[in-house]
Amino acid sequence: MASALRYSDALITGILRRVRTIAMVGASPNWKRPSNFAMKYLQEKGYRVIPVNPRAAAQGVSILGERACASLAEVPAPVDMVDVFRGSEAALETTREAIRLREEKRIEVVWMQLGVRNDEAAAEAEAAGLTVIMDRCPKIEYGRLWGELGWGGIDSGVISSRRPRLVRAPERGGSG
Amino acid sequence: MSGEAPRGGGPKAEPDWGFETRMIHAGAAPEPVSGARQTPIYQNTAYAFHDVDHAASLFNLQTFGFIYSRLGNPTVAALEQRLASLEGGRGAACCASGHAAQLLAFFPLMEPGARFAASRRLYGGSITQFSRTFQKFDWHCDFVDTDDLAAVEAALDAGAKALFIESLANPGGVVSDLETLAGLTRAAGAVLIVDNTLATPWLCRPMDWGADLVVHSATKFLSGNGTVIGGGVVDSGRFDWTASGRFPGLSEPEPAYHGLKFSETFGDLAFTTHAHAVGLRDLGAAMAPMNAFLILLGIETLALRMERHCRNAQRVAEWLQEHPKVEWVSYAGLADSPYRDLAAKYLPNGAGAVFTFGVRGGYDAGIRVVEACDLFSHVANVGDARSLILHPASTTHRQLSDEQRVAAGAGPEVVRLSIGLETVDDLIRDLDRALAAA
Repeated sequence: MASALRYSDALITGILRRVRTIAMVGASPNWKRPSNFAMKYLQEKGYRVIPVNPRAAAQGVSILGERACASLAEVPAPVDMVDVFRGSEAALETTREAIRLREEKRIEVVWMQLGVRNDEAAAEAEAAGLTVIMDRCPKIEYGRLWGELGWGGIDSGVISSRRPRLVRAPERGGSG
Repeated sequence: MSGEAPRGGGPKAEPDWGFETRMIHAGAAPEPVSGARQTPIYQNTAYAFHDVDHAASLFNLQTFGFIYSRLGNPTVAALEQRLASLEGGRGAACCASGHAAQLLAFFPLMEPGARFAASRRLYGGSITQFSRTFQKFDWHCDFVDTDDLAAVEAALDAGAKALFIESLANPGGVVSDLETLAGLTRAAGAVLIVDNTLATPWLCRPMDWGADLVVHSATKFLSGNGTVIGGGVVDSGRFDWTASGRFPGLSEPEPAYHGLKFSETFGDLAFTTHAHAVGLRDLGAAMAPMNAFLILLGIETLALRMERHCRNAQRVAEWLQEHPKVEWVSYAGLADSPYRDLAAKYLPNGAGAVFTFGVRGGYDAGIRVVEACDLFSHVANVGDARSLILHPASTTHRQLSDEQRVAAGAGPEVVRLSIGLETVDDLIRDLDRALAAA
């Protein structure tokens, strides 16, 4: 087995602060699927998440209010981050597409989901100047670094005596 | 997968904080609204939803947050994070007692007709829970001598889905060979569950040796002052619940949550999420927020207290060994203990503070010693700042048969001590007086 991946909290926090728009490749219209869970959560945190799902696109399906695109090329720029919700092998194809579209879409980050790892894809993307995260879930990482994951009894690994700043959540039903 | 690196998302990317730092800080940043530095006691039942969609997301497990304190509470969650951090686990679920923690640990793994194996030398209450009450769920426990590896293998071959042991056994002096037993459970695709109550994570971290789940009675050394009843189960996040098909509770669709599969949806958070969303929801053994607060306070000084508990226990055990009325002392810190090497490996910071000794004169002499103490308290508890004494055969282990009692290390002449934080010379004087009366 390849060595465990280690990413600093500063790196992950920086990505999640900078990114505004995410293309989620493999987002499912089925609300019971993990990708749909992650998409909904990230939307609630203020990200725009655009689903890439050829079948849903062919059927003209919208996922959580966003029209599905057939491919990464169809997603309107800018795409700050490509979130790969596909198997580890398929991640190579998606990553190469992200590299091709890098300048046109202004892509900065290729993020492969929890359980998804492709070292060849990562090496090519990094050589092309992209930041790569593998085998992590942006929902879980957001929850971990902003203190929500611990609500479910999960150890965040974060230790700090600084008073957390209240982040203004996106406007919803009058709550702030 | 067990024994390999944690599946993604592990909290280990940062430089690891020391044990004492995590003892005080894990799970407890300042509260953002008020800045309160100590963890607030959220003495509270329910949590406001932003709107119906937010409520739906919470009930569907699509987002993180609180609904109702039976499933989760912010003070309890702080304790869960701290316990998980100290044990080196991915997450934890805290509950009403150590016994509840055991039920919570087995609940996702078992179904009617399923078997597990457990050490014969467990706390008597655990033996009764496993052999009597669990039988009513049609869960079956085979008790084995875990020093006999062939017997453990035979029980695993017979279909045991889990092996339950104590790292440091109650009543006393017995240390489990964690690494070897973890090798056996891993080979059999079974879950290794370790009760780490008497060792505490300061003395022993079973997950470093391959344990999959760790359970605690937080009533004991974690809280440390004999104030609360509480428990918890910590998950390593490393067991692959899908590989064998033997753990459908975690790998197959859960009808009460619109058919989601916990292991697929939550990865290495699956057990902890299930323990809250299904276990605590339906078993109902929630921990009170006030209790969580007291246990958090206790853990802040855990290392300091355990150091002194162990030092006092070592002195008392060595003194007892020389006493003419004492037949034997079972303390893993003694030079002639058969568990000395295992203690040196698994409990390098000390052999704990709960142990047994045999009084010459058997059952009656044992009772006389207990009743003659002035400073030691005669109570059915361990892991208190106060020193405690008990005659297991007439109390905690009295529900067992004679044979079970001897197998559990609670024969007629056995006296159990839990050494506290008093001046050690005062403890020795009290025992000296009591032994003179025996």
